[in-house]
Amino acid sequence: MSMEGYETVIGLEVHCELKTASKLFCGCRNAFGDAPNTNVCPVCLGLPGSLPVLNRHAVELAIRIGLALNCAVKPSNFHRKNYFYPDMPKDYQISQYDEPLNEGGSLELPDGTVIGITRAHMEEDTGKSTHLGSSGRIHGAENSLIDYNRSGVPLVEIVSEPDMRSGVQARAYAAELRAILMAVGATDGRLEEGSMRIDANVSVRKPGKPFGTRCEIKNLNSLRSLQRAIEYEAQRQVNLLEAGERIAQETRHWDEAAGRTGTMRSKEEAYDYRYFPEPDLVPLVPEEDWLAEIAASMPALPKQRRQNLLDLCGADDQATKDLVATVVDRDLDPLVIEATLAGAPAALALARAANELDATAGLPSGPSFARTVALEASGTLSATQAKAVLGVLATRPTDDPEAVAKELGFEQLSDDTLLTTIAAVLEANPEEWARYRDGDDKLAQFFIGKVMAATKGKANGKAVVAELVARRG
Amino acid sequence: MSEPLLTTADVAHVAKLARLELTDEELATFTDQLSQVLEHASDIAALDLDGLGPTAHPFGLTNALREDVVTEVSMRDDILAAAPAVEDDRFKVGRILGEAP
Amino acid sequence: MTTAIELAAAIKRGERSAVSVAEEAFAAISARDGEIHAFLSLGQDHAMEAAARVDAAVAQGAPLGPLAGVPVALKDNMCTKGWETTCASKILEGWKPPYDGTVVERLHAAGAIVVGKTNLDEFAMGSSTENSAFGPTRNPHDLTKVPGGSSGGSAAAVAAGFVPLSFGSDTGGSIRLPAAYCGTVGLKPSYGFISRYGLVAFASSLDQIGPFTTTVADAALSMEVVAGYDPKDATSINEAMPDFTGALSKGVEGLKVGVCADLLDGAAPDVARRVAEAAAVLEAAGATLVEVAVPELKLGLSAYYLLAPAEASSNLARYDGVRFGLREERDDVVAMNTATRTAGFGAEVKRRIMLGTYALSAGYYDAYYGKAQKTRTLILHALDRAYESVDVLLGATTPTTAFGFGDKVADPMSMYLSDLFTIPSNLAGHPAISVPFGTGDDAMPIGVQVLAPGKRDDLCLQVAAVLEAGAPR
Repeated sequence: MSMEGYETVIGLEVHCELKTASKLFCGCRNAFGDAPNTNVCPVCLGLPGSLPVLNRHAVELAIRIGLALNCAVKPSNFHRKNYFYPDMPKDYQISQYDEPLNEGGSLELPDGTVIGITRAHMEEDTGKSTHLGSSGRIHGAENSLIDYNRSGVPLVEIVSEPDMRSGVQARAYAAELRAILMAVGATDGRLEEGSMRIDANVSVRKPGKPFGTRCEIKNLNSLRSLQRAIEYEAQRQVNLLEAGERIAQETRHWDEAAGRTGTMRSKEEAYDYRYFPEPDLVPLVPEEDWLAEIAASMPALPKQRRQNLLDLCGADDQATKDLVATVVDRDLDPLVIEATLAGAPAALALARAANELDATAGLPSGPSFARTVALEASGTLSATQAKAVLGVLATRPTDDPEAVAKELGFEQLSDDTLLTTIAAVLEANPEEWARYRDGDDKLAQFFIGKVMAATKGKANGKAVVAELVARRG
Repeated sequence: MSEPLLTTADVAHVAKLARLELTDEELATFTDQLSQVLEHASDIAALDLDGLGPTAHPFGLTNALREDVVTEVSMRDDILAAAPAVEDDRFKVGRILGEAP
Repeated sequence: MTTAIELAAAIKRGERSAVSVAEEAFAAISARDGEIHAFLSLGQDHAMEAAARVDAAVAQGAPLGPLAGVPVALKDNMCTKGWETTCASKILEGWKPPYDGTVVERLHAAGAIVVGKTNLDEFAMGSSTENSAFGPTRNPHDLTKVPGGSSGGSAAAVAAGFVPLSFGSDTGGSIRLPAAYCGTVGLKPSYGFISRYGLVAFASSLDQIGPFTTTVADAALSMEVVAGYDPKDATSINEAMPDFTGALSKGVEGLKVGVCADLLDGAAPDVARRVAEAAAVLEAAGATLVEVAVPELKLGLSAYYLLAPAEASSNLARYDGVRFGLREERDDVVAMNTATRTAGFGAEVKRRIMLGTYALSAGYYDAYYGKAQKTRTLILHALDRAYESVDVLLGATTPTTAFGFGDKVADPMSMYLSDLFTIPSNLAGHPAISVPFGTGDDAMPIGVQVLAPGKRDDLCLQVAAVLEAGAPR
């Protein structure tokens, strides 16, 4: 059965762990992967008598997120969300309820679509349970073990409006949101480590009709799972409707291996969270001076950075846009900008950054990258040689590219040698030379190849062509 | 306004929310006693306080913040020593029936 | 009996040794606490070591803290590192906190010798100390009478002469009421003057630690030691403290004292008579008496018995058998939580948890919790208006003198009414002091109460000092 005649409606709730040194309400280390229960204290373990005190930097990061998403940043209050669960040490979560810090914003996708942001509020993370005696899933486990290292880690939950209409679009939203969150320094964006967690609310409807019953999908550990899960879920709902059945409002679990969603628990089991203002904390009132200071410290956002690069390259074709997206996504745009300012052609710097640089292997310093691109642009290094130099700079980032080229045996070809070599090549291939002289420009490539072979790749293609054109007269 | 009446069913529901188990006798007693308190509270339930904001704190403090500095040293051993059950340096509990909300 | 100030001075001068003072305290306790039961646990070994350190410091001429060598007792809801802190509840029996509360730290730093932890109504919920899971405390003036509560053990420890200074906590009158019943001075400071870090929470927005002493001067001295900003408590006031000791000698010449009928309404005739005599003492000392009506104060009781249980229901959720304290083992977590809490909490605690859970639950929040918070505003405004025409308010601390065991246990509402005069100061966050002022027809102590505007604890002490000097012998 197809999706024909139906529209998918998607809203996302994204939990982002903030990259702070300490936790939201105590001085415990905020770190992933430490030995169990090492980063715990009376506060984040909810021991009797302990009290929370709010982390200033966490608030600043949350405000940055709000500003980046065009939200109104407002005076806010923390509430207690009361429910019993073993990974929740106080058996209530400190969260923001009806007075969130950030409200009513928007996010523009790279294709220009605008997705509404309902709110972006602060709350604390829970501990982590491991289930024993079964497949590691909660069902069938005899015992669970709890590690509270994650308890009290600062979170910002970003809730979108139900504005997305396809899995592909939801994926684009999540990717752009992730890029923004990383750009403002709020998170490292590692979905696989849970530092960014996505829940998707999915429903289907006939276009123009009211929203259908929605299901919430959890356990989306990658952007790919997000898209697949939404597409699967939308199809499941359409199949049910077409079969004349009703959709139950429920939370569903995405099983990546099986490629399907399964029911987790029914919403009939209504929760009564008994929200009330957290009496251990006082209201958070972002004063104008403070907001201005944070706004002034905001780094450029991905959208702006992409535009900056496009402007720099003076192009807006799709190929350039793709290169620009890659470069910005990998935070390589500062290198491209520096190289361009140093006089290298922007398009070449962009291409080399997108295709040759790899942060995990190591990045060249700004000046070294700029110099390498400049050497290639001037013809001193061939494309092949420039790429090889960049490869070496990955591990020796501040080395002088010319010295590296020399070390690699890429000695600069003297003009004399080049001219002599070209003369020899023309002499050896008189037929082709005649055809070229008669206007067959395609043969330039043939001569470049011959000269490259003779010079072991040291010649500059542009210089060869220039000489050919000069000799043709 | 009309006062919500407290029934034994209300009290039983609240007990479940609070994770308390009440005997039938306790249920009856608590229903009576809580009703009395709520009845007394009808004096404020009847007030027209629409013009007033809520007071959470008497002195209107705002923005009590700490700097983002790691100050705690691990007290894992003390903390785990006080736990009812521990395995592999983690707190051990029985079966969890149902995911976190 | 010797006061804290006298003891500290004698120890400093070398006339008394801290060790002998501590030995005397423990001797008095072992002689008489069997019948009074002020203490839940004693810390003799640590106390004797600490006393020896004070003596060594005296011998060396090293600097001494203001309470050096003074024996003190702490209500057993204040966390003491490695020392059982039970809140008089089976659910915390045997629990040793891994940390000291801020008040405990400050007392240690001032050289005080903590001799023991005192009895209380379970989790500070009660007005008689009959709700202790470990048996009631008896009133040293008449063993058939309650000492009041919830800080009954701390009041009795001072009244019996075991220690010159003890600390309790006051959420709705839990310091002032037992102080009145036991004939000691009891001060509930302004909310935020004394850190709550390490005080096991009952109702966070109302709880405040304060001293029991035999003299007003000792109360002032203890405030000098423990009051003041604590970065670990977000509700702590970050301002310079008033001059507590300096206030003692100011007299009441020219002060306007509001005699508040609403803090007398329903008081027994002997209590009302003593309040009138107290007013006369102040007038004779140069104060102007003004009749003041603050009818809104009566609404405090209803607001309190919704707000405090609501906060308590959330604060006491963490006693779930997972991380510390009692556990009733069951196969699944929900059953374990329920069995643990059912076995571990006493009837009054359960009653308040139930009441608070109900007041916060869906559909009732606005009618109960929301209304109570607004009533709090109403009372604050009414007090602000009253303080436009008077400097302090004078009234009874309690409607009657100490009652007998069992008199009110079966009828919670009559027990709650004991707090009628003390509750307004908690709701307003204002300071209030109970000063012993003669006895009633039953020869039991009577306390009169002085209320002052927020952060003017010095005014309470100033007036109390005059009342103390003029009290019937």
